[in-house]
Amino acid sequence: MIEIEHVSRRFGTTLAVDDVSLTLERGTITAVVGTSGSGKSTLLRMINRLIEPSSGAIRIAGQDTASLSGEELRRGIGYVIQGHGLFPHWTVARNIATVPVLLKWEKARIDRRVSELLELLQLDATVYANKYPHQLSGGQQQRVGVARALAAEPAVLLMDEPFGALDPIIRSQAQADLLALQRRLGVTVVLVTHDMEEALHLAGHIAVMDGGKLLQFASPAELLARPKHGFVERLIGTSDRPFRLLSLRSVADAVEPGDAEGRPVPDTTTLHDALADLLWRQATSLPVMSADGAIRGRITMAAILARAGAPAVSSPPE
Amino acid sequence: MTSGFGEGRSTRVQPTSDRLRSPTNLFSSLLGRFDRVGCVFGAMAAIALVLQPFVTYRPNRIASGKSVSFLAALPQTTGLVGGAIICTAILVAFSRTPILWRAIAAFAALAVLIGLIGLVPLHLVPPSNTFARVSPSSGFWLLILAFALLAADTLAKLKPGPWVRLLALAGVAAASALILCSGWLRGISILKEYASHADTFWTEATKHVELAVGSLAGAVIVGVPLGIACARLPHLRAITLPVLNVIQTIPSIAMYGLMMVPLGLLAARLPLLSELGIRGIGTAPAAIALFLYSLLPVVANTVIGLDQVSPQTSEAARGMGMSGGQRLLKVELPLATPIILTGIRIVLVQNIGLVTVAALIGGGGLGSFVFQGIGQSATDLVLLGTVPIIALAFVAAVLLDAAVDLTRGAAP
Repeated sequence: MIEIEHVSRRFGTTLAVDDVSLTLERGTITAVVGTSGSGKSTLLRMINRLIEPSSGAIRIAGQDTASLSGEELRRGIGYVIQGHGLFPHWTVARNIATVPVLLKWEKARIDRRVSELLELLQLDATVYANKYPHQLSGGQQQRVGVARALAAEPAVLLMDEPFGALDPIIRSQAQADLLALQRRLGVTVVLVTHDMEEALHLAGHIAVMDGGKLLQFASPAELLARPKHGFVERLIGTSDRPFRLLSLRSVADAVEPGDAEGRPVPDTTTLHDALADLLWRQATSLPVMSADGAIRGRITMAAILARAGAPAVSSPPE
Repeated sequence: MTSGFGEGRSTRVQPTSDRLRSPTNLFSSLLGRFDRVGCVFGAMAAIALVLQPFVTYRPNRIASGKSVSFLAALPQTTGLVGGAIICTAILVAFSRTPILWRAIAAFAALAVLIGLIGLVPLHLVPPSNTFARVSPSSGFWLLILAFALLAADTLAKLKPGPWVRLLALAGVAAASALILCSGWLRGISILKEYASHADTFWTEATKHVELAVGSLAGAVIVGVPLGIACARLPHLRAITLPVLNVIQTIPSIAMYGLMMVPLGLLAARLPLLSELGIRGIGTAPAAIALFLYSLLPVVANTVIGLDQVSPQTSEAARGMGMSGGQRLLKVELPLATPIILTGIRIVLVQNIGLVTVAALIGGGGLGSFVFQGIGQSATDLVLLGTVPIIALAFVAAVLLDAAVDLTRGAAP
C-alpha cells in the first residue's frame, strides 16, 4: 500500500504538485493521467524521491519514505522510464543485474535471478544475455528495462510513460505482457501516462491530474460514467465514451440464455469487440462459449447497447 | 572491395565494335578502369620517379649538393630492374585492381625503394671517401610518401579492427627496426649523422617522449577532474573553457618566453626550486607550457563526453539507486571515455610536435637536433630530428585511435 498524504512540490514560484492525497492499494495498477506539465511525473518521482516533496508525507507499507536514504529507498523500488534508459555500455545481463549488484548480492544469486527474469520476460538467455542494448529491438529494450526494474524483487514498480517510445502494435503487446506480469507477481504498479486509452485498459484505478492538482481518483468505469465536469470530461472525450465503457466489460457480464446462429464468441471478449463482431457480421445475436468450448448462451445487440450508457453503471442523482 | 574489379570488367564485356563506335563510350570505359584515389598516388610516384632527383650528393656534410636522378644513382642493371618494379607498382595503383594486388604492389615498392637507397652510396661514393654524403632527395621521399599512402589507403579499405591495426603497427615497427639494425642504410646521410650523434640521440629521444607524455599525464590528472567539475557547474565552465581557449591561441615560442620570466624570478628567489631544476629555461618552462596547451582538449572533451551521456541514462542510474559517485564511475565516465581518449589523442600528437620547439629554451628533445642542424645548415641533422618526430606522432595516433575504438566497441 502506498499512502500519499498532502504532498506538494514547489519549483521556484510554481507549484508543480499541489496538495495531493492518494491511497494506492497493494497489488493494483494505478495510472496517473494528465497532459504534460500536469505534475504527474513529479508526483511519481516523489514516490522514489528522485524529487523530494516540499511538504507532505509518503508511506510505503506503513514506512515513511523519508526515513531511508534516497539511494536505499530507490534500490527497493522498481523504476522504468520512457525509452528504457538502459546503460548502453553494459550487456543485457549486466543491465538487469544493476540493482542486485548495488545491493551486493552474491554472484551466483545474481546470475540465477538474471536468467529467471530473462525467462519471465520471454527473452532467450543464450541469445540475449550478452547482447548490448543497441542490438535489441525497441520492444526487447522495453522488456529488458522492465526486467531490470524487477531484478531485486521490489514490491512497488514505478513506470514513467513506459510504452511511449513503442509503435502501436508492439505497444499493445507490451501492455498485455505487463498485465500478465503484474497478475503473476502481485506487484503494486504506478504508471504515468498521457494516454487515457492506455490508462483505461491497464489500470484498476486512475488518478487524473491537471495543473498540479488531483482532479479525480476513481475506477475506469466510474471515471467514464461520472467524469468530473470540465477537464476530466474533455480528457476522456465524450464521443467514444460508450465504446470505452464497453471495452471495460466482458461478454460474460451480458450473456443471456438462448440460441443464436453463427461462429461463437469467447466469453472473455470485451463487449466492445463483441459489438464490432455483431456489426461486421450484420447479426443481432451470436452464441457465447466459455473457455472449455461449451456454449453457455448468447449475446445480443440489445444487451450490449443497454450497457453502453452512463446510467448502466450507476445513475447520477438528478 | 571487389566491386571496383567487377565494374571494370563489366565495361569490358561490351562487344569491341560497339565500344569503339563512339568516343565517349571509349572514354568512359577507360575511366572505369582507373582507380580515382590510386591515380593521385600513381601520378605522384611517376612524377617523383621521372622528374625529381632521387638523391643529393655532397662532397661533404655542409657543402651544397648535386641532384642525382634515379637511373644515375644506381648501377645500370639494378636501376632498370628496380625502376621496372616501381613502374609496375605505379600501373597497379592507377588501374582498378583487386585490393590484395594493390597492397602487395605498395609494400613491394616500399621494400624495393629501401633496398635501392641502401645501394646508392656504394655506387656513388668511392670506399676511400669518408666525407661525401648521399641524402635521399625529393624524388625518394615523394616515392615513399606515395606508396605509403597507397598502402594506408588499401589497409583502410579493408576496415581492420583495432587489434589488427595494432598488429600492423607492430609489424611496421619491427620491420623498420630490422632494416635500421641491419646496417643496410648506414651509407645514407641521416644515419651517418646518427652515427656521430648516437650518444645523445637516445637521451634526447627519451626526453622528447618524457616531455610529451609527462605533460599529457599532468593534463589528464588535472583536466579530467576539472572537466567533470565544469560539466556539473555551468558557472565554472563559463570561466574555464574561454580561459583555456585563450591559452591555446598563444604561439608556442611566445608561451615559452612568457614562462621564462616568472620562473626565472621564482628560481632566483627560491634557490631550492632552482636546485630542483625549476628555472627560467630548461625542462620546467617547457613542461608547464605543454601542460597548459594540453588542458583545453582534455577538459573540453571531458565536458563534451559527459554532456553527451543521454539524460535518460543518468536518470535511470539515479532511479536504480546509484549514488553520485557510482553514477560517475560506473556509467558516466565509461560512456565519456571514447571522447576523452579522442582529446588525449589530440594532445599527445600535438605535444610530440610542440616539444620540438622546447629545444629553443633548452628543454631538450629531438628538437635540439633540428635547431643545431638549422644553425649548421646541415639538412641531415635536421632530418635526424624530424623523421623520428614524425614517426612518434604516427605511432601515437595509431595507438590512441585503436584505444578509442576499443573503448567504443561496447557502445557505438
